[in-house]
Amino acid sequence: MNADATHDESNYLNATSGFKSWFWSVDHKRLGIMYLATILSFFLIGGSFAMLVRYELLDAAPTLSASNYNKAFTLHGAIMVFLVLVPAIPASLGNFLIPLMLGAKDVAFPKLNRLSFHIYLFGAFFFVTTLVLGGVDTGWTFYTPYSSKYGTNVITALSGAFILGFSSILTGLNFVVTIHKMRAPGMTWTKLPLFLWAMYATSLIQILATPVIAVTLVLLMVERFLGIGIFDPALGGDPVLFQHFFWFYSHPVVYVMILPAFGVISETVTIHSRKHIFGYTAIAASTLSIAAVGFLVWGHHMFLSGQSETMGAIFSFITFGVAVPTAIKVCSWIATLYKGKIRWNTVMMYTLGFLWIFTIGGLTGLPLATLSTDVHLHDTYFVVAHFHYTMMGGVLFALITGMYHWWPKMTGRMFSEKAGVPIAIFAFVAYNLTFIPQFIAGHRGMPRRYHEYLPQFEEMMQLSSIGSFLFGLSLFCVLFNLIHSLVKGEKAPANPWDGLSLEWETATPPIEHNFHDQPICTVGPYEFDDIDVKDRVAAK
Amino acid sequence: MSSENADQKPYHAFFFHTMDQQNSSHKLGMWAFLAQELLFFSGLFMAYIVMRYWYADTFTEVQERNLLSIPMGFVNTLVLLTSSLTMALAVREAQLIPVVENEESKKHRAKLIKLLLWTAGLACVFLVIKYFEYSHKIHVGTLPGTFYSFAEWPVFTGSDGTILGAIRPNGTIDVNSAPHIFFSLYFVITGTHGLHVVIGVGVILWLALRAKRGEFNSEYHAAVENVGLYWHLVDLIWIFVFPLMYLVA
Repeated sequence: MNADATHDESNYLNATSGFKSWFWSVDHKRLGIMYLATILSFFLIGGSFAMLVRYELLDAAPTLSASNYNKAFTLHGAIMVFLVLVPAIPASLGNFLIPLMLGAKDVAFPKLNRLSFHIYLFGAFFFVTTLVLGGVDTGWTFYTPYSSKYGTNVITALSGAFILGFSSILTGLNFVVTIHKMRAPGMTWTKLPLFLWAMYATSLIQILATPVIAVTLVLLMVERFLGIGIFDPALGGDPVLFQHFFWFYSHPVVYVMILPAFGVISETVTIHSRKHIFGYTAIAASTLSIAAVGFLVWGHHMFLSGQSETMGAIFSFITFGVAVPTAIKVCSWIATLYKGKIRWNTVMMYTLGFLWIFTIGGLTGLPLATLSTDVHLHDTYFVVAHFHYTMMGGVLFALITGMYHWWPKMTGRMFSEKAGVPIAIFAFVAYNLTFIPQFIAGHRGMPRRYHEYLPQFEEMMQLSSIGSFLFGLSLFCVLFNLIHSLVKGEKAPANPWDGLSLEWETATPPIEHNFHDQPICTVGPYEFDDIDVKDRVAAK
Repeated sequence: MSSENADQKPYHAFFFHTMDQQNSSHKLGMWAFLAQELLFFSGLFMAYIVMRYWYADTFTEVQERNLLSIPMGFVNTLVLLTSSLTMALAVREAQLIPVVENEESKKHRAKLIKLLLWTAGLACVFLVIKYFEYSHKIHVGTLPGTFYSFAEWPVFTGSDGTILGAIRPNGTIDVNSAPHIFFSLYFVITGTHGLHVVIGVGVILWLALRAKRGEFNSEYHAAVENVGLYWHLVDLIWIFVFPLMYLVA
């Protein structure tokens, strides 16, 4: 262990103080913390709209007006996608961890990093403005011609999404360069922690997909202002072209959300089972191939848009292709657990929760990728449940996993495992109670985005609503658990989980410039020797 | 944030081990940025492709009617190409400035500033010519979408604002003719490109100012190279826009 750990000196949290020292900080660790706080605040807002939606659906009769309901689900979706899920793990944990894991003193462009954060705040300001002006009701997908002609406050919402895109692009650019150029001596690409592989692939998608949504939103804004007739069929334009543009970004972006989650799980599953990751190369390669193939499947959102059957069949086929690298990952994680010394702690609970939830999310994607079954399931609650299992369940459980796992490093405090484990189980049960009924209702034909429904769906919808309220409660418990640790938690050692990647080599919390001396990477991040070497030799 | 090693140059950021690492990081960052620029423009070109597929005859008819000024577009192409040359020469001068201040560094720095100003000047010429093109179009009414009001090639607008297509001399409506969409594409694409030129002028002048302060030398000039890369991309995009819009028939 490094001598850094024993020094009692200033760290990045207390080196300077005051609002300005944080707001204008270029320190990637402070930026990561600020992102995390901002993202969680917007998660609370987006989550409140989700609660509102679920409250409306408690019984078949309408409580909210149809237009207010439209606004509630639009704001829920738009806030969750643009302000929460896209930056959720990269901007918070990614920012905090990438230089630490690389053994670098900061990212390659610290000022650009700060700029990304300020752009994020600026974009968020537009979303808040949208809220204050009375919301927007187009759905987060902004489909034309409704969004180009009608709808409410579309312009502020579009501007917000457009601006947030730049934050995302610049973060991605920063991370790609950082991972390429700032690895510690000895850290070859094959010794790169898998979290960094995930961040690398994510960043590439951010750089290559986000500009397409940017130009799409610009065209949509110009369409709304000037009526240029590119998307508006009444002027001779093509509304389906908008859908192509939109999904060319918005499908890859689901990998911007989920690949970092894969990265987190790849770290926690191995550290907390004390076993070398199974199939390091396979996981790294599947990360890149998901990123690449993810660019070629956008048409599966448009099976019923009127695109040709041939195109539908091709998109369907390529979409099945994404299942292969994803399955490689899930199988590798399970193989990593096999015969490992599993620690039944909070982090492991969420990791296992993620494996369950994401596997359901992944498998239910297959009937949606199949043309014949999608015709039945399209725009039903089955789709809603599917993408909540992947996006929300997958990403959120991984984010919580990562927050717990790196919490000691970030804050210098240990959280209560005694409370953490039951909360994790509670969250997991509530989560499944929310969304499994949605699969059933959707499969029986309950359409999405309706504020009232036929009485036969009432049972499932009520179960789902109750589940969602419990899930909301469980998340407050998580928050309480973590905040409690800041006040009452024990001081964390430098390396509480006996990790081998470089972020555990520096002090907890890290010093201002991460490392006193340049760390040198000698062993891979997963070369644990807890599981008896003797046993391994004997087994041979 | 000061450097931790006292012997480190002021332009050498503390988180990079060597200037080489710093410079190559800056360049890689710029290439990544250019990649996103290309993808941004790809959306516009894609809209162009789809609309041209739908309204192929409109694109040739625009040219038959001589609605875009080929001479002006041609001159602008030459202006931009020349500005790319002056930019490339400016990068060369920046590379030649010795680290230690002497007569030679002054000479190269002066040349660098001069070439940067030339580049910015040519970019302004481009914008002035573009201004004349735009004002002519505003004058005759070859404007985007619903603002289109060109009398010689009118479009039929329904009472609900729907545009059905061009009105032919015999009074029929030609739904395959959409000059209003062509000029939407023209203004959106050249406008986005023009915005990039304006930003280019800004950053080139900023470089000239920094050069005047004596910031660049053979060890530290990634900013000049990066703006150069950006400028060449802006030039390159015009090389595609010009034939696609002006010469397509």
